[in-house]
Order: sequence, then structure tokens, then C-alpha cells
Amino acid sequence: MRNALPVLTVLIAILAIWYVAVAPMNIRVALDQAQRGGAVLQPETALERQEVSVWSLMLRNPAQITQTYAMERPRLPTPVQVATELWSTTGEMALNGRAMSKRSLIYHGWITLQSTLWGFALGTALGILGAVAIVYSRVVNMSLMPWAIISQTVPIVALAPMIIVVSSQLGIQDRSVPKAIISAYLCYFPVLVGMVKGLRSPAHAQLDLLKTYNASGFQAFLKLRLPASVPYLFTSLKVGIAAALVGTIVGELPTGAISGLGARILIGDQFGTPLAIWAALVAAAVLAGVLVTLLDLAQRITLRRMGMQS
Amino acid sequence: MTTQPAISAPVISAKGLDLTFQTGDGPVHALRDVSLDIGKGDFVSFIGPSGCGKTTFLRVMADLEQPTAGQITVNGTSPEAARKARAYGYVFQAAGLYPWRTIGGNIRLPLEIMGYDRADQDARVARVLDLVELGGFEKKYPWQLSGGMQQRASIARALAFDADILLMDEPFGALDEIVRDHLNEQLLKLWDRTDKTICFVTHSIPEAVYLSTKIVVMSPRPGRITDVIDSPLPRARPLEIRDTPEFLEIAHRVREGLRAGHAYDD
Repeated sequence: MRNALPVLTVLIAILAIWYVAVAPMNIRVALDQAQRGGAVLQPETALERQEVSVWSLMLRNPAQITQTYAMERPRLPTPVQVATELWSTTGEMALNGRAMSKRSLIYHGWITLQSTLWGFALGTALGILGAVAIVYSRVVNMSLMPWAIISQTVPIVALAPMIIVVSSQLGIQDRSVPKAIISAYLCYFPVLVGMVKGLRSPAHAQLDLLKTYNASGFQAFLKLRLPASVPYLFTSLKVGIAAALVGTIVGELPTGAISGLGARILIGDQFGTPLAIWAALVAAAVLAGVLVTLLDLAQRITLRRMGMQS
Repeated sequence: MTTQPAISAPVISAKGLDLTFQTGDGPVHALRDVSLDIGKGDFVSFIGPSGCGKTTFLRVMADLEQPTAGQITVNGTSPEAARKARAYGYVFQAAGLYPWRTIGGNIRLPLEIMGYDRADQDARVARVLDLVELGGFEKKYPWQLSGGMQQRASIARALAFDADILLMDEPFGALDEIVRDHLNEQLLKLWDRTDKTICFVTHSIPEAVYLSTKIVVMSPRPGRITDVIDSPLPRARPLEIRDTPEFLEIAHRVREGLRAGHAYDD
């Protein structure tokens, strides 16, 4: 609860900036519409208005500013418009028993969530296995690590279509498979880096101590390195799940997919319905927030059960 | 218990030990021609300034460093064989308890690794906790204990598997004077009760004189032994013994030895 005040302050600041930005963002379109409705404007034609800054348009046509906050297809919708759209595609539909309708963001969010979780599981497994190999093998450390870093410098938007083409070439019809692979591709890296750091975190004296017990390498891994890496693992998982969600959404963009939050964003763009885009964006942000919060909770519980102060 | 120092074969015997580290700035002579015999039940302190090789010598005994020349035996075998036979317990400068294990769990660690059965583990944990006066703290986590108590727990961990030799590398170095006095007293009692051979690295002259039957004075560059003092003090030592003329005389001799080592350097 101590965090509530700063969080609320930031939220109010963002909403304030958002509201202020709506008028200049929408004024041109609003004036064009008003002109069609027969209003007299300064300057009169759309061509002339192109030469004038939005600030001066607002000053010269103050009567039209209210219009910018109530447009059907705004460049920048107001927070209330976004919230209304979000509610009408989620909560309201759920109340009407149509939560899994193709127009519901709950349905699309569920599609995205499934691929995200598969990608997260795959990426986490690969990240942990890779980290173990890197920590225990000098050769792997020198060969795998540079490639892992290079892999993250390739833009995922360039790679995603290739993964989709290859997987369909291999006869995989299920769209969720390439999506999960793209998701895992983004997710494994933070887990790998975090786990390498975590597995290497025990001090030299700690390893010396185990040597004085004549402990085997496997015992050292099980009793020292693995538990020592748990706090690092959770930190990485929180970054990883957000990356997995981004990966899934990016994977939904070029696939011609018709379901998933990414597909909603793409369709909203193609059909010129900015409110749908914004609602899908907010839904994605809420989903990411929920996932990270759940992991944070799992971290607290795990560390407390391990007796470590978190 | 007032057993005489055994005349039998030494527990640890070093002859002409050399250890040179190759570093970027050229070779560092951590040990040069170090020879020493340590008998059963001895309490040997190694004292000297930083870089005199006292910790390195201890690590050689523990098979954590390899000498570049010379011979050393522990229990009549090589340090490696002694380590594999779990012949010694090692106490590091930092307690190094695992934060995710309770005090009992930490003491159990070597027992789990060495494959003691569960009932035996429980009995041993209870026994060594009593030995270091930490009975009742078994279920506590390290962060719930003071620094001195953590260090006692780490000593208990080294005692749990009944090694005859205890190697201690400045175990009380980070603790304040009062806690240190108390732990020194406890350590002497423990030594008296268990009849272990203890090698103890320290910076402190009073600590070395108070604890030891044998004080090894070392000096740096190259790391070497400059004096070995067999203490005439009795085994039973109340803290007040530190004000007796005998005690002060030994302390004086240690100080002279350390000063001589430094003069060589300047």
C-alpha cells in the first residue's frame, strides 16, 4: 500500500498528458469533419490548413476543440474512449455470456496467452539448459554465448515471417507453434543470462568449502549453485514472460492470423479503427502486468519458503 | 584432560615447502622453504602480516593449493588423500552459511554430502550445536543470528563429521574484541574437550598467545617462518592469564619476531 501514492501520481500524470495531447493530435481531422458539416473555419480549406500548425488551428477555432474529444475514429482516443471500448469488448461481452465470441478481447487474449505460455515454458527450459552448459563447459561458454547475444540483435520482425514460412513448409498447420517458437526466441535470452549469473554467484570460498567435503560436481550443483541461482531465476523469468508476450504478439502480426491480440492490432490498423488497436494494446499491457505480478508473487512465496529475505 | 603432547608421528609435517604463484607482475613467492611438524592435539597459531603465506600454508594443508616444491603429509598421507578421507574441517574467514538453509540445515550440509543417514545427522547436529552453545537455534536462519553466532555455527559445521584436524583461517577476524574474547574462551574449551589438532591463522598477537601451544611467526616476501615458539602456558587458561608475566613475555617475543620480519622488508 505504501506504493499506491507514487503509482497513482504517475498514473494521473500520464492521464493528464494524454488528455492534453488529444486536442492537437485530432484537431486537423476534427476540422475536416466540421467543414463537411458546414462549419466556418479559419483557414477555410483543408489545403490551407496543412500549412498551419496545430497550435494555431486550435487558437483560431476554439469552438471545435471539444469535438476532438468525441470523435468516432480519432488519431488519439481519450482514455475514457479506450476504457469504454475495452469494457465493451471484454467485461460487457462476458456479462452477456459471449466472452469467447470472436469479437471479444477475452477470446483473443486467451489465444495470445496460450502461445505466450508455451513460448515461455520452451524459452525458460532452453535458457536454463543453456546456462548450465555454459557454466559447466568452457567450450560451450566460448561458443554458445556469442551466438546467444547475436541472436538478440536480429530484429524479431524480420525473423518472424521466416519462422512461419519454415514451420508451414514443414507441414505444421497449427499457427500456435510458430508463434510459440518466436515467443521462446525472445524469452530464452534473459533467462539464459540471469541463470548464468545465478549459477556463478557462489563465492570462491563456498566452492572451496564443498571441495573440503570432497563433494562431487553434481552435489555442488544441486546443493549450492542451483539454490543460489533461484533469486536470479525469478528476476529473469519476470523479464522473460514480458518478452514472451511481445514475441507472441509480433508473431501474430505477419501470420495473417485472425485471432490473438496481435491480429486485433493488425486488423484495427487495416480497417482504420484506432479504438480497437488501443483496446488491444491496453489488453496486452494488462495481460503482461498480470503475468509479471503472478511471477512476483511466486518469487516472494518461494524465497520466503527458502528462508531468504526478499 | 591434561594429556602430554604425543611424541608419536606428527599429524602434519611439512619439509622445505615452496609455493610460487605466477602473476601478471611476475612470480610471487607465497611460501619459501617452510618446514614444520605439528603433533596430535597441538593448537598451532600462524601469525604474521598480510602476504606472509599463513593462509596459503593452511590451504596447502587442506589441498586447496598445490606446493611447487617440498613435501607435506597430513595424517601420514598426501593432503589430497587426507581431504578425500575427510580428515579435517575447515573454517573460513567468512561464516559462509547458506542463506536458504537453517542453522541445522547448514550443519547438515557436509553430513548429507558424506552420506550419513538421517538419524545420525540429527544426532550429530544436536551434539555440535551444544558444543558451540547454539542449542535451540537449529531452526533459525543465518540472517536471524549475529555475526559471532554465525561464525560459531560455521565452526559447528566443521566439527559435525568428527574430523581430527580443524583448520581455521582467521575465523574471528571480522568480529569485535568482546565477542572475540568470548569465542576464544569457547574455542579453548572445545579443544580441551575434543582433543583435536587445531591450526589457527590470525592477525592478533594476544589471540595467538592466548590460544596456542605453538606459535608460528611468519613474514612476507617471500612467505617464510621466522620463529616457532612453544608456549609454556598451561592448557587450562582463564582470560586473566593474559595479564601474567609469562603471557606478556611470549607476546613480546612474538612482537619481536614480527618486527624482525618487517625490518627485512624495509
